[in-house]
Amino acid sequence: MSAYRVLVGCKRVIDYAVKIRVKPDKLGVVTDGVKHSMNPFDEIAIEEAIRLKEKKLASEVVAFSCGPTASQETLRTAMAMGADRAIHVEIDGKEAETLQPIHVAKLLSKVAQEEKIDIIMLGKQAIDDDCNQTAQMTASLLNWPQATFASKIENDNGSFKVTREIDGGLETIKVKLPAVISADLRLNEPRYATLPNIMKAKKKPLAKKKPSDYGVEVKAHQQVLKVEDPPVRQAGQKLETVEDLVVKLKDGGFV
Amino acid sequence: MFTTQLCRHLERWSARNVTRFIKHDRNICTSMSVFSNKTKQIELTRNRYPDLKKGPYADLTGQDVDYFSNLLPGRVLTDASDLEGSNTDWLGTCRGSSQLLLRPKTTDEVSKILEYCNGRKLAVVPQGGNTGLVGGSVPVFDEIIISTQLMNQIISLDDISGTLECQAGCVLAALDSYVSDSNLTMPLDLGAKGSCHIGGNLSTNAGGVRLLRYGSLHGSVLGLEAVLASGEIIDCKSTLRKDNTGYDLKQLFIGSEGTLGIITAVSILCPQKPKSVSVAFLGCESFETVLSIFKQAKHSLGEILLAFEFMDSASMDTVRDNLNLTSPVSEFPFYVLIETGGSDGKHDEEKLTAFLENQMSSGLISDGTVATESTKIANIWGLRERMAEGLMVDGYNYKYDVSLPLSKFYQLVDDMRDRVGGLATRVVGYGHVGDGNLHLNVTSPQYDEELMSLIEPFIYDWVSKYKGSISAEHGLGFKKRNFIYHSKSKSAVDLMKRMKLLMDPNGILNPYKLLPDN
Repeated sequence: MSAYRVLVGCKRVIDYAVKIRVKPDKLGVVTDGVKHSMNPFDEIAIEEAIRLKEKKLASEVVAFSCGPTASQETLRTAMAMGADRAIHVEIDGKEAETLQPIHVAKLLSKVAQEEKIDIIMLGKQAIDDDCNQTAQMTASLLNWPQATFASKIENDNGSFKVTREIDGGLETIKVKLPAVISADLRLNEPRYATLPNIMKAKKKPLAKKKPSDYGVEVKAHQQVLKVEDPPVRQAGQKLETVEDLVVKLKDGGFV
Repeated sequence: MFTTQLCRHLERWSARNVTRFIKHDRNICTSMSVFSNKTKQIELTRNRYPDLKKGPYADLTGQDVDYFSNLLPGRVLTDASDLEGSNTDWLGTCRGSSQLLLRPKTTDEVSKILEYCNGRKLAVVPQGGNTGLVGGSVPVFDEIIISTQLMNQIISLDDISGTLECQAGCVLAALDSYVSDSNLTMPLDLGAKGSCHIGGNLSTNAGGVRLLRYGSLHGSVLGLEAVLASGEIIDCKSTLRKDNTGYDLKQLFIGSEGTLGIITAVSILCPQKPKSVSVAFLGCESFETVLSIFKQAKHSLGEILLAFEFMDSASMDTVRDNLNLTSPVSEFPFYVLIETGGSDGKHDEEKLTAFLENQMSSGLISDGTVATESTKIANIWGLRERMAEGLMVDGYNYKYDVSLPLSKFYQLVDDMRDRVGGLATRVVGYGHVGDGNLHLNVTSPQYDEELMSLIEPFIYDWVSKYKGSISAEHGLGFKKRNFIYHSKSKSAVDLMKRMKLLMDPNGILNPYKLLPDN
């Protein structure tokens, strides 16, 4: 059984706890000076890749991110968790705003071919755009099998047995490698990066590339017309007694 | 590693709506653990202390209840099951038998309540979030509970000066959330923030994890409004940073634990919210290492240091065994949590990283982790903040909070561990080492007289010997009132008693609390 080479995609997104503010021009959200971190599902993907390495199923874990320079922080975090090296495809701020899963999928597939990757691990979706498309598109471009919403991965002699979380419950499928896997919430609990590893990560190789290095165009296909706040929640009514509640329910035709 | 909040976000996209992560907020856990304690039937305080007699107070009559029902329509509770939670403290160690809980909305209503009670000589207990740890917020006999639950209006926020004015029943976490929209933060933070009321925080002069940075409430409170036992409203409201005009009366109420007056409104100075916060969690080989790191941290991190907490391995075992939390580092005898934050995120992170790298190269730190993302920060803080909750799972918690010189700090824990031996489930030490404040806790499956007799007065004598405080921040309440002489002189306590007599001649405000019985 040979050891696999794993490519993990990670995206730098606005930290989930930040209060999102719509820009005055209503064409996007405020990102300047706002706290960013690695997409939580991508953290889970990295963790799974590292665990494969610890089980000696993987020989190398390569972290990948496309975006502005700050994405390198995300890659350093990935390496602090245990990834061996990183590839950063630099896309400037303006273009990064209009970057779509199809662009990322094209880049991922080119990188996978160049680096002779066996497994591509991605988070199932990014918490800023909620697209849930990159893994599926990448698999299609490479003509590889895909196992999305993975909540458990088991090795099965050259294939993987993956349990997927689907609407009806759990589905277990067998995928032959090479394959694309997207991580769901319950796949694992990501580890903390320890100080010694954080320090080591600074010395790990981080390759800086451009989309043109892979022959991929990242021109925008879509134009954002409007970004709006969700409608303000109507205040509820506080009632003093159960009798009041019954009256209100009757008035509203609910009972 | 993910908090409930993050899970809720992620769950929206997840096919199944089952969450495996335990709810985090102490507010929810309050009701969970109090509920589980209820089923264990906590002993009534008056039964546990049969020598303590009810003071010269009237018994509640139907007429009294009628008066209050007219004064506060629909906001009067008399049903025993409704009163269970308010009759019992958060730790499940003190239980009273009040038959009446009142929920005023305004200062005026509080004034009328107290005027009536004073006339009738009915004893009262002011109650906020009921998260106090010394039995100060619950009745001992049948004192009427005056709850600030409905006094939760925010009056104003001046975002230039940072002054917040609000009623005493506002929950601390709600206030922090409110002021954070204006890039401000509350000047105190503690594990009970999801439930505690700001009025209660002031009455107990609450400390918490940020005292190191923002100082005590005696400094950050600008003004307050309180009602005396007679019903007289004392207006010390002020929004001024500096005001040296007469005796600073608000300082009397702060820390008086509801025995001199009921605080009804507060104005407090809110500092700037740090632009970005980093948390480091480190493993240390010895307590000396903890102190060395503290010294170095003050030197290298100085103005960006927000908090410096420690915990011993027994504490880590508690949260691991009882709450299933995971430690970010391997096993160590001691752990340190350092939080930094300031006005320049990048600069602060670099400072912290440089500090940690230096300490690692010099060998002072063997292992640790650093976090800048909110989820990871919340999880690391959870290891420290959920300690009280974790200890409760063992059954009965003998909780102590002392100030000691750092040279003697951890020795008390070792001595206590040796003394109680196998009678205790565990003995843990953790706390605000940066403030010289140790939280020493002992647990056992249920209340054990023999174990208690080994702990008290040994611990108070020990602390007194080294001129420490027998209660650094928790206050005296019901449980520690008779040990006040261990940390205060007779002359001081005598003056306190004279002031109590002056301000509350009938002694109706929170009797059996703070002042000693003798």
